[in-house]
Amino acid sequence: MIEAFVSQIRTIWRILLHSFTKAETVQYPEQKPYLAPRYRGRIVLTRDPDGDERCVACNLCAVACPPDCIALQQGTREDGRWYPEFFRINFSRCIMCGMCEEACPTNAIQLTPDFEMCEYDRQNMVYEKEHLLINGTGKYHDYNFYRVSGLKIDGKDKGEAQNEAEPIDVKSLLP
Amino acid sequence: MSEANLPFIGAILLTVVGGAAVLTWFERRLLGIWQDRYGPNRLGPFGILQVAADMLKLLTKHDWIPPFADRFVFVIAPTAIVISMLMAFAVVPFGPDHYLIDMNVGLLFFLAMSSLAVYSVMLGGLASNNKYALLGGLRAAAQMVSYEVFMGLSLMGVVMLSGSFSLVDIVEAQQDGWYFIPQFLGLYVFIIAGIAESHRLPFDLPEAEHELTAGFHTEYGGMKFTMFMLGEYCGLILLSCMITTLFFGGWLGPFFPPFVWFALKTFGFVCFFMLLRAAIPRPRYDQLMALGWTVMLPITLINLVATGAIALWMNQA
Repeated sequence: MIEAFVSQIRTIWRILLHSFTKAETVQYPEQKPYLAPRYRGRIVLTRDPDGDERCVACNLCAVACPPDCIALQQGTREDGRWYPEFFRINFSRCIMCGMCEEACPTNAIQLTPDFEMCEYDRQNMVYEKEHLLINGTGKYHDYNFYRVSGLKIDGKDKGEAQNEAEPIDVKSLLP
Repeated sequence: MSEANLPFIGAILLTVVGGAAVLTWFERRLLGIWQDRYGPNRLGPFGILQVAADMLKLLTKHDWIPPFADRFVFVIAPTAIVISMLMAFAVVPFGPDHYLIDMNVGLLFFLAMSSLAVYSVMLGGLASNNKYALLGGLRAAAQMVSYEVFMGLSLMGVVMLSGSFSLVDIVEAQQDGWYFIPQFLGLYVFIIAGIAESHRLPFDLPEAEHELTAGFHTEYGGMKFTMFMLGEYCGLILLSCMITTLFFGGWLGPFFPPFVWFALKTFGFVCFFMLLRAAIPRPRYDQLMALGWTVMLPITLINLVATGAIALWMNQA
């Protein structure tokens, strides 16, 4: 009984001491919180160092997306590269989980530390490709998918990619 | 009560109601400080205009009466608490000449008025025709009636020492020593019973948000809800005024004018009650009742008997 009473008095005293501690609050609109570089916020589509879109429209991000908010259509350019004819992310559904970024084989889709994307109209939360594309390489500065992959495109035949050996002629037995 | 007192009545009403309104903001700021955050600080200097914004919102809200409620009682219930709490301020002596009436049963009048406030909560809970409201009303009735017992008894020590029920006489009897020293048990019980009586936070079981939605005022909104809240904050001010008057020498004090002393002491107790709210969690309902009947009542009776014996012995000597 006495113990309980003392404990209550102690609680009151400890709370009173909090009059002299600083508030933890971050006064948000005036004072921005620190967001880590890898913070998962607004999604962007990046370009490779040469300035071409990185996205090859493989649809892996759309498959990985838990709320199914990514829609895209694959197209082929004259030089043999794949690209998305349209690329649409519905941010009113997006849960910023980063699965698309992990699924992306070409580092094209990336999440940025920006979360201030409020809209009065829900339709404005649907971002098209021109809204998503940025003029930069994002987190991976030197990566260019077509330079390292074995895929044949105009101006780069099989075996000409970085670190790629000449293709083996499987029809021949000669070493 | 004469005609000349009307301005004074108006001043008291304005101060109390305005004070209660400002307290809603002040309490949130204070709780914020004690919980290491800011509280409402956006609107106006230090966020004080939050009061105006809240008022505007509450007063312009749709004043809805649920179709299943008992209409008449539902509408009447919230007014009872405000009226009775404001009535009780008639006997509070703010200064040696600043009081409305000096009744020879002023203390009893205060107790009666604060008991009447129970009806508001109880009838509000009943008339809502809602199970949460009913449970809240039930709890309020049981809690307030049982705490009423020793709230009254705890003050009898003060009455014995001062020899009067008149609040002005009680304050004047404290010239040579405030009663919180000889009556510390009485003060302790009175504070706890007072919190239970005004159903403020450590003992707000009638409205206990996480078990009863909002308890007795589940169905209330807008203006009527404001009335309940106004009554609760008036009750808080009244309780602080009474503690000041009965145990801490009312307006007595050096240097400052009497009224300033009274206001300062009252303000201190208001802050103390907010500190209690910030610090102490809500007990379970059976714990509350057990505390009342097995701890508070014996303490009160011991205090009563001891004070009586000492008063008798002092008079003989």
